[in-house]
Amino acid sequence: MNTIIPNLVIPDNQTKTVIDNNKGILDVQNLSAWYGKTLAVKNISMSIKSQAIMSIIGPSGCGKSTFIRCLNRMHEVSHGGRVEGCIMLDGKDIYARDADPVVIRRRIGMVFQKPTSFPTMSVFDNVAAGLKLTRFWSHKMELEEVVERSLRKAALWDEVKDKLNQSGASLSGGQQQRLCIARAIAIEPEIILLDEPCSALDPASTLKIEDLMRTLVEQYTIVIVTHNMQQAARVSDMAAFFLMDQDRSGILIEYGPTSQLFTNPKDKRTEDYITGRFG
Amino acid sequence: MKATNRGYTRRKWVNRLMLGLSSIAAGLAILILALILGYTIIHGLSYFNLNFLTQAAKPVGEAGGGMRNEIFGTLILVGLGSIIALPIGLLAGIFLSEYASPRVASVVRFMADILAGVPSIVVGVFVYAIVVRPMHSYSALSAGVALAMIMIPVIARTAEESLRLVPNSMREAALALGITRWRAVIGVIIPGAMTGIITGVMLAVARIAGETAPLLFTALGSQFGVQGLLKPIGALPLQIFRYAMSPYKSENQQAWAGAFLLVILVLGISILVRWVSNRKRI
Amino acid sequence: MATKRNTTNMITPGLANNRRLGRRSGFSDRIFSNTTLVFAMVIVALLIGLVIILVKDAMPAISRFGFSFITNSTWDPVKEIYGALPAIYGTLLSSLIGLLIAIPISLGAAIFLVELAPKWLKGPASFIIEMLAAIPSVIIGLWGLFVLVPIVKNPIEIWLGSHLGSLPFFQGPPFGVGFLAAGIILAIMIIPIITAVSRDAMRAVPNEQREAMFALGATRWEMIRQSVLPYCRSGIIGAIILGLGRALGETMAVTMVIGNSYKLTASLFSPGSTIASTIASQFGEAATGVSVGSLVELALILFGVTLLVNVIARALVWRMTSVKVAKE
Repeated sequence: MNTIIPNLVIPDNQTKTVIDNNKGILDVQNLSAWYGKTLAVKNISMSIKSQAIMSIIGPSGCGKSTFIRCLNRMHEVSHGGRVEGCIMLDGKDIYARDADPVVIRRRIGMVFQKPTSFPTMSVFDNVAAGLKLTRFWSHKMELEEVVERSLRKAALWDEVKDKLNQSGASLSGGQQQRLCIARAIAIEPEIILLDEPCSALDPASTLKIEDLMRTLVEQYTIVIVTHNMQQAARVSDMAAFFLMDQDRSGILIEYGPTSQLFTNPKDKRTEDYITGRFG
Repeated sequence: MKATNRGYTRRKWVNRLMLGLSSIAAGLAILILALILGYTIIHGLSYFNLNFLTQAAKPVGEAGGGMRNEIFGTLILVGLGSIIALPIGLLAGIFLSEYASPRVASVVRFMADILAGVPSIVVGVFVYAIVVRPMHSYSALSAGVALAMIMIPVIARTAEESLRLVPNSMREAALALGITRWRAVIGVIIPGAMTGIITGVMLAVARIAGETAPLLFTALGSQFGVQGLLKPIGALPLQIFRYAMSPYKSENQQAWAGAFLLVILVLGISILVRWVSNRKRI
Repeated sequence: MATKRNTTNMITPGLANNRRLGRRSGFSDRIFSNTTLVFAMVIVALLIGLVIILVKDAMPAISRFGFSFITNSTWDPVKEIYGALPAIYGTLLSSLIGLLIAIPISLGAAIFLVELAPKWLKGPASFIIEMLAAIPSVIIGLWGLFVLVPIVKNPIEIWLGSHLGSLPFFQGPPFGVGFLAAGIILAIMIIPIITAVSRDAMRAVPNEQREAMFALGATRWEMIRQSVLPYCRSGIIGAIILGLGRALGETMAVTMVIGNSYKLTASLFSPGSTIASTIASQFGEAATGVSVGSLVELALILFGVTLLVNVIARALVWRMTSVKVAKE
């Protein structure tokens, strides 16, 4: 089984996690995030269910992107980024002092708003980038298998199978974004984060990616930030509504099943946003 | 009314005069280049022949003779200087772009700019003191070190500028794949900056190929051809200098032939590199 | 026990069960970043080492002559008395002549490139002028020695001598080689850099400034003189000072046309020396600590002067570009 990572052996009896069926795969506890001195998100707590699509909605500037970037420790890559609180992945805090952000990012992948395929690499190398640039590959045939399966899962294989050696930048915007998705799933994460993945795309590509998410969720957990409420209603199982409080920090107003948030919101501010009274 | 008319006519003429003068100035600058380049190529070509490339220098009075050893010498010195300067310059540039805090970066950048502005003869004196004197011998090695010292700040700064042009979204996309920072730099960011880096390196190479002053007291020149890295060595620009100052006409002519070769080489690289990088930008 | 993920559908099942969150990759990252730091420090070390070694090796001369090194005019290897004044004088004089010739040509060329040239000409013309900077110094010196010097000797110096011979600058027999030829050669070598930096400074002037002048009914030249040039004045001064820095340190071309005579004269026709040309021609023969030390002290002086000049120039040019940023 372990042909990809020859030296990796985890004896099962050494992991000390406890499974609690009520807890989600990712447990956010009192998370606050700063840019320098500015508090961007304040005290967020939620439990992200496994193998479901969760959408994060809310008006611009209320910390949605900041929050999602905390989930895979990308926030600290930004200038002055700082985080307090903890996020439990399988019972272990990803912000623990001895936790390695590199390993965490392999388990929690991310697709960004602007399709960033690597222009100096071919389509094939783009998808394989996550594998080639770590230690986790041995020979060419396995790489080819991985690339094909990732592209098939991203619903891109048929469109690029003859173009594998062309530059990643030669694809259209929608194709590039699916390429980024293929690249993210090639390293087999457990959770995929999508930060407004369709905002730079045309409606046809957007629909393709929404369909893609529904097939991917059978295997992965998906968290998507979107400013498009209809998209959230179409696609997600759970929804989280963020808003800015009087100190201009983002807070979590309501979190629950999408159908409930949209038809019967518990908080009046949620209802105001859904019905379009502001934002 | 008449006064304003006269005033305006005068202004018009001043305008025409000054603009005409500045066009002449630009034409003059281009003309000078054409003169020097044209004369060197035409005059040098007339003394240039196959012997020049294939034969070693002959004593005055004997026909034929060339600069074969010195051409080799230049190739060796350029290679040596590049081997030393490339890793240092590149890694320093990576440091400045990817890892340095703003304050440290500005200090190092400042020092690199100062080093780049040191006259090449001062570099030669310095390398004489730290390499030639302790070794008790002029050597190709010391000349390579001197040329490297000229190249390093240039390569470091152009590498840094090229790396900075890589958009941050690329860095984030690479890190989000769960790869270590250094693999992201080497596997994604440097390839993204490769054109700029190569341009900077080639321009540095073209520059040191023509440098003479630092070779005066490091390579020294050699009548016995290439004797190894620890012995004196001849070089094309050095030989051009010596032959130019020589009282013998035949040696002056060889200097012109050498100048022809050198200018074709140096300008060829410079023009090619700039042309390619301009095209890529478009 | 931790859940095992359903791996039947996975691409790389081995990766899936990587449960470790521990810190391992920080180590390799630190090695790499420290390596880059070390190599960046090489630059700092080279510069500091340069200063230290130059001072150390100049010590025999500094301790022997002290301040009189700068005021003395002899270079006598036999009596071991060395004085730098003619070299310093020659450096300053030739650079000054070079600047006087280069500044009008460079500024004119820069104005042409920015304000006058049609779009299709701007790129190629700039490129050609920059190519002048790429020609090795020794080749310009060769051309200078065999083409320029004869012209300087006759007709230039003869004309100057007969028409302006009342001035001490233009007296004396026309040698050809000498300060005038060196000045002209230096001008040729610094025109590209003054042009390029001035051109960039002028390009940084926002178009609104030009349009405001035109709206007041100014001619194109008046617009340039009253709105563009004052706006980028510090940038242009910086360009000129950068050119000066280049001229001060120039060695080969100057050595080949200046005649290498070590004396102080007012006449531009006479041969002379610069700091760089003295080092270049005397280093081979220097043997004793004092003689080498004097040459190293010359190098130290040259280093110090060019350092000062370049720092001032960069401060001016930097100020120009940051003022531009602030105003946008």
